[in-house]
Amino acid sequence: MTTVWSGNALAEAIEAFAPGSVESSAGTDVWLKPESISTVCEGLKTRSEFKFDLLSSLTAVDYIDHFEVVYHLTSLPMNASAVLKSRVGHGRTEASIASVVPIWRGADYQEREVWDLMGIRFDGHPNHKRIMLWEGYPGHPLRKDYVTYDQSIASTAPGAAGSQEGAE
Amino acid sequence: MAIRTQPVTVNLGPQHPSTHGVFRMRVMFDGEEIVDVEPVFGYLHRGSEKLAEERTYTQIVTLTDRMDYVSSMLNNQAYILAVEKLAGIEPSPRGVWLRMIASELQRIASHLVATGFLLQDLGALGTPLIYAMRERENILDMFEMLCGARITNSYLRPGGVFMDAPSEFWPALDRGLNDIVNTIDELETYLSGNEIVFSRTKGTAVLPKELLINASITGPMLRASGVDWDLRHRAPYDYYDRISFERKLHTASDNYARYWVRVQEARESVKIIRQCIEQIEPGEVRPSFDDVPRLIRPPVGDAYAAIEGSKGELGFYLVSDGGIAPYRMHVRASSLINLTLLRDMLIGGQFGDLFVTFGSVDLNMGEVDR
Repeated sequence: MTTVWSGNALAEAIEAFAPGSVESSAGTDVWLKPESISTVCEGLKTRSEFKFDLLSSLTAVDYIDHFEVVYHLTSLPMNASAVLKSRVGHGRTEASIASVVPIWRGADYQEREVWDLMGIRFDGHPNHKRIMLWEGYPGHPLRKDYVTYDQSIASTAPGAAGSQEGAE
Repeated sequence: MAIRTQPVTVNLGPQHPSTHGVFRMRVMFDGEEIVDVEPVFGYLHRGSEKLAEERTYTQIVTLTDRMDYVSSMLNNQAYILAVEKLAGIEPSPRGVWLRMIASELQRIASHLVATGFLLQDLGALGTPLIYAMRERENILDMFEMLCGARITNSYLRPGGVFMDAPSEFWPALDRGLNDIVNTIDELETYLSGNEIVFSRTKGTAVLPKELLINASITGPMLRASGVDWDLRHRAPYDYYDRISFERKLHTASDNYARYWVRVQEARESVKIIRQCIEQIEPGEVRPSFDDVPRLIRPPVGDAYAAIEGSKGELGFYLVSDGGIAPYRMHVRASSLINLTLLRDMLIGGQFGDLFVTFGSVDLNMGEVDR
């Protein structure tokens, strides 16, 4: 059975080799400072006590006042898993974080997908382009403030709340 | 004297019969040799993750069917496990056994499709594919008995399945399993030792296992390189801890190894289903609506659950804000991530091997683009 690292234990272990990189920890999650993501991931991959050689999943969540990038790591030799998170783009300004493609190539398409759909920039990504949608597509659909086609019709339909005709 | 050649860029797909859907590649050839490949995704992108944010947890089951549409049951299972983890639902034992049977049948169907189309791409036009599809047809008939649908099943519900198997399902399953073993035997007699299959697939698109792990590649592709990593064994979900099965490994990590691993895994799935039939007991197939209502409101938080899908680690990441719909859903799509090394596999190879290599990855565009 896979060992799941507890947040506190992992935070302590990370602090031991990269002091000052952990923001907080709870449950099974560790929140890292965005600027230290490369150092910590490199350490988690190479150091003998972790050996996180496989990046299971990389995704992001829009929490309105900030974005959260979520990394699920797996260690094949230790049969262990861990969750890293990092908050970026406070105040919905330019959101960016260092790319982990130099550490795990498996992040390549996943980071492109996060950029395409969530609009978080990955500095140092070798091929930083959209993946699902075409270049020039307006906006990033998984953001919470993205207006879908259905919503745009509903808000301009006669009689709809907020439409000019309905207000008259 | 060497003949001077000029590199030519060719567009393959999205409407090409051998791209298994709507996949597009820009390939640069120098004579017969591939010098550059650029995959282009997104022709089947339907925004499933965004759609999920406006649907209830039960409704989303239907969206997962349409991701990898040759392994719907496995998608259902991965999603349901994530919901159960998020909401803390205790599933009914009979429901769990039934969904294990369904998902293992689906794995056989998916591996048969992968094998059949790989051989089709190899030039074995028709016959092996028809044999594989005939067996898949039997499995789809069994799904029809279970839930009334053949492809987009939506059979699973949080806590189990929505309907018990009818009495005629069990004899049909028994017959079907024997037929599957016979078909695999037939396929193997003619193909696994076939000289043409050997010469076309052995030693092509070899990938070292360190590179596979680094590129997050899982499933049969990883096991074909000799890495013993199967989530059913290493991180057992449902009742896989009560099942014994062999992990089939190959060390060559070439196109033949990937084909071989899939065929052997289909055999192992038959053994797993036989063990499930022995251990299943009568009972409810899902908790009552008092325990698990139709509108589930999981507590605020997030959960990630992964299963060993037919193509690799299939994971669902769900975030709840306490409402009736997830705040965010992300699918860890093994088909997309398994394509990370496509360039490494193809560049330097021959044009003739392109579609064989592509077929040996076994991808599904519904899952790649979602």
